[in-house]
Amino acid sequence: MIHKITIPLYHEEVAPRFDLATEVLIILLSKGNIIEEKKTIVLPRPSADDLCHLLLAETINTLICGAIEEEYYQFLKWKKIDIYDSIAGKWSTAFSRWEKNKLNPGDLLSERTIEGTYV
Amino acid sequence: MIRLPSPLIESLMTNPIDFTHLIDEIPLGVLILDTDRRVVFLNRAFEVLSGFSLTMAYGMKCYNILRGTACIANCPVLSMKNDNRSISCKSDMINLNRQRLPIRMTTASILDDQDHTKGFIETIEDIRLSQNIDWGKSAAYSFANIVGRCPQMEKIFQTLPVLAQSDASILITGETGTGKDLVAEAIHQTSGRESGPFIKINCGALPETLLESEIFGHQKGAFTGAVENKPGRFKLAHNGTIFLTEIGDLPRPLQVKLLTFLDDKIIYPLGSTKGFRANVRIIAATHRNLEQMVKQGSFRKDLLFRLNVARIHLPPLRERDGDIRLLIDHFFNYYKQQLDKKINGFSKNSLTILLNYNYEGNIRELKNIVEYAVNVSNNLMIEPHHLPSYLLDLPPSNEFRRAPIERHAMTQNPDPIPEGALFRNPTPLNTQEKWPAVQREMIIDALRKSNGKKNKAAELLGWGRSTLWRKIKLFKIDS
Repeated sequence: MIHKITIPLYHEEVAPRFDLATEVLIILLSKGNIIEEKKTIVLPRPSADDLCHLLLAETINTLICGAIEEEYYQFLKWKKIDIYDSIAGKWSTAFSRWEKNKLNPGDLLSERTIEGTYV
Repeated sequence: MIRLPSPLIESLMTNPIDFTHLIDEIPLGVLILDTDRRVVFLNRAFEVLSGFSLTMAYGMKCYNILRGTACIANCPVLSMKNDNRSISCKSDMINLNRQRLPIRMTTASILDDQDHTKGFIETIEDIRLSQNIDWGKSAAYSFANIVGRCPQMEKIFQTLPVLAQSDASILITGETGTGKDLVAEAIHQTSGRESGPFIKINCGALPETLLESEIFGHQKGAFTGAVENKPGRFKLAHNGTIFLTEIGDLPRPLQVKLLTFLDDKIIYPLGSTKGFRANVRIIAATHRNLEQMVKQGSFRKDLLFRLNVARIHLPPLRERDGDIRLLIDHFFNYYKQQLDKKINGFSKNSLTILLNYNYEGNIRELKNIVEYAVNVSNNLMIEPHHLPSYLLDLPPSNEFRRAPIERHAMTQNPDPIPEGALFRNPTPLNTQEKWPAVQREMIIDALRKSNGKKNKAAELLGWGRSTLWRKIKLFKIDS
């Protein structure tokens, strides 16, 4: 069975805001979490409504995103989409944690530095 | 485990001050970032607003914590890297509770003692409350503090909110006392710059040399007595509004300098070669006829066109049908409360005088009259003798206007002027006649009615016997 994951992107990171993302990564996984396909869709403009429409059209199962408004969160939940929101950091890190079943909503995965020094 | 800083401020007071406590007391959300836009510190108000604690946010990129539209679309910190001026903008953020909050962000650089940028400070203001105010509901006949319901004012009330939201220069014209300052302040308060400063400069109040330094600032040593740098009003008004009142009195050399600013938005303080890019909205006002001044050559045509992007003309009070009564009541209630007086209102006689007066000083004059009357009156009603005496010196003449509503009210309730009252003679007096002449006539009339008995005449006039005797001598009636 194919599992579809979507991650709205901001450069290499998970987009801090769901409604402001203009780039969306869609990953198709087959049984055993093997990546079947990976595609990036560029949206003409940032819009939470358009993004929700896209998620439904693509029959997405899991959404990994940054800040999302309650209205859209509840709508997508109602549409049976599994949501990991308030995630910050590189999308690859978030995805690999999800694969290992270690991703939780609100995970801040970025490297932390102050004035160039890791903290 | 993240080790959080516990910073202290040294050298400000005798003992080091706890920075955390200091910043927590600020009622705005405060974020302190390093030069790489990473969160170094945040205060309690920000924690409440965003849901992120310092432990969660420490060392993270600010856009992952603040999560504002401006952070993604047009990061103010990035815009500041080339330019050290502070930036204020309206935006929104989504907090950890998935609530979208309207906010105002103000970003400024943190400089060291060598003027090197060492980080940034962002203040986040929750503007939900100010956005929920429905101006239409709270003020049916007014905009901010401006009162009026005549068609001209209604038209202005409809235009003002639209103009306030734009960033265009506005020219306010109108006679003295029509409320130009009030309108300018109302525009600022309802604009996107409301949290920024509102700086007023009276262009006619200072001599040319002082005015230049006052408006544009000066560099230390630019002239004798310039012992330190002065920022100038334009720099102080950064991210706000500057209100140039009496723009018609601005000297011509400064008109050129203002023109240059309006073109490139950079101010050059006196004696400085380094410009400052000021983000300022200009509102100008004058009681003069600028078009006529342009024809006469005392005002620059190009400056007029640059200021005249949007024009608001405030009508004089005598042209505002029905508003005099509204304003009388408005100021009466205000001063009654202020002075804690037990006054019920104006008597019919005094109201007649007030409604028929010309008000050359417009609303300011009306306000002063009402303030005087409320102050002076000790009765339950304000009588004509509680009004300033100059109102009584001027007889109701043909040149005096009377608003249709007021005229109608007067015909419905013809004024029963008692004998002995000030306006005994219902026929209009000619404009040359003054109060002494009226008094003389009143005395003669009273003496005639009392068959020459001064006691009775004094009673009829409501005066003391000695007052009547003194006035008879003064007007030489007995001779």
